Amino acid sequence: MTIRVGVVTFPGSLDDRDAQRAVRIAGAEPVALWHKDKNLQQVDAVVLPGGFSYGDYLRCGAISRFSPVMESVIEQAQAGLPVLGICNGFQILCESHLLPGALTRNDHLHFICRDQKLRIENVSSAWTSDFAPGQEITVPLKNIDGGFVADERTLDMLEAEGRVVARYLDVNPNGSRRDIAGISNAAGNVVGLMPHPEHAVEPLTGPTTEGLPFFTSILKRLVNA
Amino acid sequence: MARVVVDVMLKPEILDPQGQAVQRALPRLGFDGITDVRQGKRFELELEGPVDEAALARIREAAESFLANTVIEDFVVRVETEEEK
Repeated sequence: MTIRVGVVTFPGSLDDRDAQRAVRIAGAEPVALWHKDKNLQQVDAVVLPGGFSYGDYLRCGAISRFSPVMESVIEQAQAGLPVLGICNGFQILCESHLLPGALTRNDHLHFICRDQKLRIENVSSAWTSDFAPGQEITVPLKNIDGGFVADERTLDMLEAEGRVVARYLDVNPNGSRRDIAGISNAAGNVVGLMPHPEHAVEPLTGPTTEGLPFFTSILKRLVNA
Repeated sequence: MARVVVDVMLKPEILDPQGQAVQRALPRLGFDGITDVRQGKRFELELEGPVDEAALARIREAAESFLANTVIEDFVVRVETEEEK
């Protein structure tokens, strides 16, 4: 059985091709989805890639959230469809209220592009089950609006429910509260991540291949389903 | 034609690094005595019809769901009078 993972392209998406490649390297079939098309083509999971959708006008992800494709993604994510939002995709998931909190301007105001060390703290989500608990990985990070914020009550809830999926190690690159690099929804099928695992899936082009388990996790989960 | 203004500001508890950068630049330019700067957004909406309660209710809905992200931002809706224009 071939697992089909949709990758949405918005006007201004940058990392849709890399996300498709990561899906392919993980052993699944990438399916290109278009922002104007509500039809998700019966994919088994969806990746919302990084970039600057709709020019980041108004707020990052604020306009994409109302695109036709997101109508279907929101509806199906609420029904259990696995969705991974990377960088701009994370921002879109927050604007869609599929995930709590918001991503704001980096506290130092600079665009940041570095290889970032992370600790995977939740290995029960749909996108992280192929990691070892507490595994430390290094993947690229590149953003200017990457500071994760939420009120204290929400942050406490995320911690208590084990929904902090990944945390920054060594350095907090953007002022994110409690060093949060990624979170999941309560059901664990929706994950938002600021760093870019899709750029760390093969030795030739990535600093490591430690981003790959995000994509093999979903494959394993769907095959076993 | 009537104009409705929507002001959107980050909530007080949300860090505003852009406002802080502006505040730090002011003394350098000789503008002293400004202790804090918060940066926000202003939307000017031109209405086709009259600004009645129904129109304002729709604009509040737009502000709540789209113009502002109420997780991190507050907004104020007000009608601009002729003299203000």
